[in-house]
Amino acid sequence: MTPLAEIRGLHVDFPGSTGWQPAVRGVSLVLGREKLGLVGESGSGKSVTGRALMRLLPPSARIRAETLRVAGTDLLTATPEAMRRLRGARIGLILQDPKFSLNPVMPAGEQIAEAWRAHHRGSRREAREAALELLSQVLIRDPARVFAAYPHELSGGMGQRVMIAMMLAPGPDLLIADEPTSALDATVQAEILRLLDRLVSDRGMGLVLISHDLPLVSRFCDRIVVMYGGRVMEELRAADLHAARHPYTRGLLNCLPRLDAARQRLPVLARDPAWLEGP
Amino acid sequence: MSAPFSREWLLSDAPESRRQAAWGQRYQAWLAFRRNGLAMAGLAVVLLLLAMALLAPWLATHDPGAQNLGVRLAPPSATHWLGTDELGRDLWSRLVFGARITLGMVVAVVLLVAPLGLIVGCAAGYAGGMVDRLLMRVTDVFLAFPRLVLALAFVAALKPGVESAVIAIALTAWPPYARLARAETLTVRNADFIAAVRLTGASATRTVLRHVAPVAVPSLVVRVTLDMSSFILTAAGLGFLGLGAQPPLPEWGTMIATSRRFILEQWWVPLIPGIAIFLASLAFNLLGDGLRDVLDPKQR
Amino acid sequence: MIEVRDLNVRFGKVHAVRGASFTVAEGESFGLVGESGSGKSTVLRALAGLVTGWTGSMSMAGCALGRRRDAAFHRAVQMVFQDPYGSLHPRQTVDRILSEPLIVHRIPDADQRIARALEEVALPRAVRFRFPHQLSGGQRQRVAVARALIAGPSVLLLDEPTSALDATVQAEVLNLLADLRAARRLTCILVSHNLAVVAHLCTRLAVMQQGEIVETLDEAALRGGRATHPHTKELIALSRDLDGTG
Ligand SMILES: Nc1ncnc2c1ncn2[C@@H]1O[C@H](COP(=O)(O)OP(=O)(O)OP(=O)(O)O)[C@@H](O)[C@H]1O
Ligand SMILES: Nc1ncnc2c1ncn2[C@@H]1O[C@H](COP(=O)(O)OP(=O)(O)OP(=O)(O)O)[C@@H](O)[C@H]1O
Ligand SMILES: [Mg+2]
Ligand SMILES: [Mg+2]
Repeated sequence: MTPLAEIRGLHVDFPGSTGWQPAVRGVSLVLGREKLGLVGESGSGKSVTGRALMRLLPPSARIRAETLRVAGTDLLTATPEAMRRLRGARIGLILQDPKFSLNPVMPAGEQIAEAWRAHHRGSRREAREAALELLSQVLIRDPARVFAAYPHELSGGMGQRVMIAMMLAPGPDLLIADEPTSALDATVQAEILRLLDRLVSDRGMGLVLISHDLPLVSRFCDRIVVMYGGRVMEELRAADLHAARHPYTRGLLNCLPRLDAARQRLPVLARDPAWLEGP
Repeated sequence: MSAPFSREWLLSDAPESRRQAAWGQRYQAWLAFRRNGLAMAGLAVVLLLLAMALLAPWLATHDPGAQNLGVRLAPPSATHWLGTDELGRDLWSRLVFGARITLGMVVAVVLLVAPLGLIVGCAAGYAGGMVDRLLMRVTDVFLAFPRLVLALAFVAALKPGVESAVIAIALTAWPPYARLARAETLTVRNADFIAAVRLTGASATRTVLRHVAPVAVPSLVVRVTLDMSSFILTAAGLGFLGLGAQPPLPEWGTMIATSRRFILEQWWVPLIPGIAIFLASLAFNLLGDGLRDVLDPKQR
Repeated sequence: MIEVRDLNVRFGKVHAVRGASFTVAEGESFGLVGESGSGKSTVLRALAGLVTGWTGSMSMAGCALGRRRDAAFHRAVQMVFQDPYGSLHPRQTVDRILSEPLIVHRIPDADQRIARALEEVALPRAVRFRFPHQLSGGQRQRVAVARALIAGPSVLLLDEPTSALDATVQAEVLNLLADLRAARRLTCILVSHNLAVVAHLCTRLAVMQQGEIVETLDEAALRGGRATHPHTKELIALSRDLDGTG
């Protein structure tokens, strides 16, 4: 089976005041129809990698790679027109800052309906029905009200779910979800992950879940890639997370507050510059 | 430590003081602006035109008002670099002095229109409710009239001349700016960063002027530069109807208007001020486009 | 210190908060948990004076709160918003963002105070003149905390201060909040959907569901799983499940 997405030797740099500042330094990933977790601390280049798969980086960014291929299309040579067709229809990206990414002066439901109509031929009425259906799938209690609400009238978690519904609307083959559930409580989080899981197993969708929540990723995904400083630190099966060997991964696991026992101070991660060079 | 205003000082990643940071930001904006070749060309032309207006008495070869009916409609030559018009006046000298009047009018209109539109639009968008409806109805009323007709009415009520043309154009040009500023305001008024400002206890005036309005400025700048040519043309239209700059003042628009009947035989007479207007509008456009990118720190 | 009686908030037809009542003692940290859309942020916004359509009574340090808040209130009460991407002005540098409260309250020595505030939230000096988009999510949230603290408030309203942060930064911010609370005797209200975070910082908490406070319990009861309301029980069970301790 050909992989859904293939990245080999991806480098992304941003122009800084004193030359190029690397954000991603040689990442290689192969993704099939599975659930891949991408974890790592803030600023480690997770979002930049996800955006590179959509070619959604600012024009000032410099992208270099040996291979960058999604759903059979070579992103390094694709025309803007081909990219436009690929985005939305074949790949969806749930952005990290949902309320900030929604249009503040357009009702949330209209935005979902528009995403649906961009890739399904259908009337306004059908688009509305589809949007309402998607809203109830992401566990919105009152879809009709949320459909007509402007983004600032939604709670943080509702905004996040609207974003998810919008990205599911065209029925993509590959979904990149950047912190999709960070503002959701455990009940809704579990339900949304179940929905994504169903889409992966029923429709054969590929999923990249970008998250900083290690326990969640380890329960939900098949495979985990740990990033640090723009590099892949280690790659392991989700079930083996507790046996992770890299000190960085261990540190990440260690600094979570726990419900079962009080801790006076949370240990913070001591970073070792050597991690940037290896493994 | 590097010396103040050296390249390292300006580009430092960790400025020591606010002054250094401010200059560093300006320098980075300049660097970003410099990368945009078209914008640089626009800036160069605008500076040239401004220099031309300022140095007019030294650049002109003749008195712009002096008539010499013996050489009417002469083609360009060594004595009259760009030829002469229908009254035998030297076109180059008129063009140079005209830059003062035309650019002066445009700048005056912009200085009146942009702040007015910005304040009205931001206030309406931020306040919402009754204030918004009232201010927007007023702008609608102004928008409902064709620009030239409304300007005509204003000038007729005042006395014809450059000042009244400026006021008339400004009065008719601000509503689109108010609408634009209002639209921009609506996108940020409910944002958390504005709520955070309100939570510090800042007054509504301060919130609008210091935090809301700056968000609307870049799109207004672009709109203003796109409108410059239409300001020049409206001024010309008013001049042509005898309500703007009065002859013999060498205003570019008036120059075209009075010489357009020679367009077939002595085509250079209307063409030369036309080229000047075109160049000025294009330069302002390019400059505005470059400025928009620089004004938004995210684009740099 | 803070007393909320029978608070109701309506947005048009939406009844977002229904008769919420709770009290918070001085120097105490109070948690507010519940499902998404249950009205947690709205309670904080009402306390901060950012929503207008409320009924009921709220008082702070013995004074009843009205629709309009005075300068003293704004100096005493500050809030950290849920979304670090939306709560910092995109066109202002960190320095400018932090100087705003100082200008409004006419507090002198802006330069030193800002430097100290950045130090307090463990941000390097280099970020002082950066724009928000040049910072990572965790750094932004720390700037927001610094802004909230710079005018020396006595009450801090925290809306999901760590939900957008990764584990390492979350640990840093939680430690920071714990230190500051001890050092300044801050009264805090913390909203979070993460029970472990609430248990870490708060001594008492309220559970909200569909705009109502369904249960109030203390840290020991939460850790011990001695909740009575089914919604609370469900939340605790799910968190344990995710923790891998269930
Ligand atoms: N538009 C940009 N311009 C300059 N630098 C950028 C830009 N976008 C990202 N970066 C830099 O790239 C690096 C990686 O950022 P990225 O957003 O991928 O982090 P992340 O792993 O998603 O972190 P988080 O968990 O905080 O979202 C950071 O150091 C960031 O400062
Ligand atoms: N300005 C507003 N206009 C209309 N409805 C609003 C407004 N603000 C909030 N709401 C509604 O009030 C309810 C409670 O929202 P709130 O933001 O308090 O939820 P929350 O408990 O903070 O949820 P989350 O955990 O998802 O952030 C939601 O149904 C929301 O749609
Ligand atoms: Mg990210
Ligand atoms: Mg909320």
